[in-house]
Amino acid sequence: MTETSTTRELVPARPTWHVVFVRPETMTTLLIVIGLVGASILSPFFLDVNYIMRSFTLSAEMSIVALVLTMVVISGEIDLSPAANMALSACVFAWVQEAGLPLPLAVVVGLVAGLAMGALNAFMSIRMQLPSIIVTIGTLIFYRGLAQIIAGDRSIRVPESFIGINNVLILGVPLPIIIFFVAALFLGLVLGTTVIGRQIYQIGTNQAAALHAGIETKRIKVGLFLLLGVVSAAAGIMAASRLGSVRYDLVLGGELQMVLMAMLGGTYIFGGRGTILGTCLAAWLLVIVSTGMTVANLLPAIQLTVLGILLIVAIIATNFIYARTQR
Amino acid sequence: MNVLGSIFFRRESGILVMIILFCLAVGLYKPQFLTLSSLRIILLLTPLIMIGAMAQMLVLVARHVDLSIGSMLGFSAMVVGLMYREFPEIWWMVGFPVAILTGATLGLFNGLLVTIFKLPSIIVTLGTLSLYRGLTFIISDARQINRSVIPTELKVMSRTSPVFDIPWIILIAFGIAVMAYFVARHTQFGRQIYALGSNPKAAPLRGIDVTKVTLVVFALAGALSGLAGILYASRWGFVNPSNTGAGFEFQVIAAVVIGGVSINGGVGTVMGTVLGVLLLGCVSAALPLLGIPGSTQNAIFGAVILVALLIDRTVRHRGVASVSGGAA
Repeated sequence: MTETSTTRELVPARPTWHVVFVRPETMTTLLIVIGLVGASILSPFFLDVNYIMRSFTLSAEMSIVALVLTMVVISGEIDLSPAANMALSACVFAWVQEAGLPLPLAVVVGLVAGLAMGALNAFMSIRMQLPSIIVTIGTLIFYRGLAQIIAGDRSIRVPESFIGINNVLILGVPLPIIIFFVAALFLGLVLGTTVIGRQIYQIGTNQAAALHAGIETKRIKVGLFLLLGVVSAAAGIMAASRLGSVRYDLVLGGELQMVLMAMLGGTYIFGGRGTILGTCLAAWLLVIVSTGMTVANLLPAIQLTVLGILLIVAIIATNFIYARTQR
Repeated sequence: MNVLGSIFFRRESGILVMIILFCLAVGLYKPQFLTLSSLRIILLLTPLIMIGAMAQMLVLVARHVDLSIGSMLGFSAMVVGLMYREFPEIWWMVGFPVAILTGATLGLFNGLLVTIFKLPSIIVTLGTLSLYRGLTFIISDARQINRSVIPTELKVMSRTSPVFDIPWIILIAFGIAVMAYFVARHTQFGRQIYALGSNPKAAPLRGIDVTKVTLVVFALAGALSGLAGILYASRWGFVNPSNTGAGFEFQVIAAVVIGGVSINGGVGTVMGTVLGVLLLGCVSAALPLLGIPGSTQNAIFGAVILVALLIDRTVRHRGVASVSGGAA
């Protein structure tokens, strides 16, 4: 299903404006502007920076995971299990601290659980060379099921001192948003400027060629899965701090939203293309769209429909743009 | 590894051995598991998954995947439920064509997105999974269709039986499996699905109308999900906008993958899929008998999928050629 062009003729280089503006990120930015204008027409209360920031903290955890997921997709793999990973790590964390483990140690246990989940994904998809799409559907069910065993139908409370990461303000900005931006900046620099970052693109563009060029494709992909595992666990624990308690159905179905963030930001599903900036913009776009719909008093069900339509439109647009700007 | 490969000479016999070993192991511990009545329980657990698995098998063989099956099931069931509520005097059998056509329309929409825009089916159907579920909420105004609305004739279908005390709903499911077997093995269309899935580039060179085959496969998957939808209403007697069909796609994918259908297309048999469904049915039926709480079921299903994938890999000796990466 990968496209290969047999002969590549010399075409005149694209003009600079074309390179800068004809790209998926531009589309995402445009959609943000449209969303902002539309939402402020629907409700005069919408254009309140604090309100939008508050809303963003609700999905900040998933947005952070989506940043790493973007890198995994660029490398040509996919992972549908991070939402389940978040739930299981959070449950493990809450469970061991309830059993009497000191808080910092419980956090470490949660992170290690996430790392182990990333390792299982990596083992199945990279070491055993099974398609990651089907492997992570399997692990999605598996991790969520384990969380269900640990937590059952009850919600596990976390200690008072740990609750409220979203209420910590730094210069008036909630902490999760700061973490999100720091993570985005860091991952953006890694992906855009380091050797490993460029190698990730190369693997996603053509794995066989990358292998022949001496790139450690397997090692890099395993590393990405492990990173995604740990970051998902951290996000799960952040969610536990925000919610004050943990249930097995934490961010149930969140994989859709994370994939949507990557796709809306212009990440190419077959790998090799995409940017952290795009996913970053898409995360804000989603918040603006969903808050806009909330202040306009639209049913949550309509939001589900809009998410689905957005995902399809985003991928049609991305494919279209990439087809026009074939390398 | 090689010894294991030669024992599982055929993929299907491997699953059959797994089913027999599992049942014997459970039977040693709880002898009542090896009785006809528990066979009846197992069979009653499976009809919906059986129909969904046939749909998913055809899609996977064509080298696509359909994640929206559960949402199509829910939407079709809701359309039928609303019809029964708004037109109580309508003949109950009308529900079947309505459900099947509704499902087929949704499936066709998936197919159109995949073929016209050349989009990967995994992402399209992830989007329509959410889209159709949202539409189900909208058309139902987020309210459940209650037991009293579903016609009695429909509800008794899952209990009464024409022959051998086997309820209608099970007969229908196995009827669909037999039809799927016939289509896959003995029709030109069936062979074209396999040809398309084995090598999508070579298929058009052999005169296969790729667009048409893809569209029909997705429409068929939708139609079967629609049928599963009305049978859901029959089996459970209600339709709920958020529960009906939620997570169904994962159970179906589990059954199909366990049945040895390859996610890379072109490989998979109806027999294997049926056995995969039955294995899942045995596991679900055995859990309560063994006193294992129902909350463990998902974890066990997940583990079974992973183990099945590993066994499948060991059996098939994948070549170096298939490093094509994830988003197939």
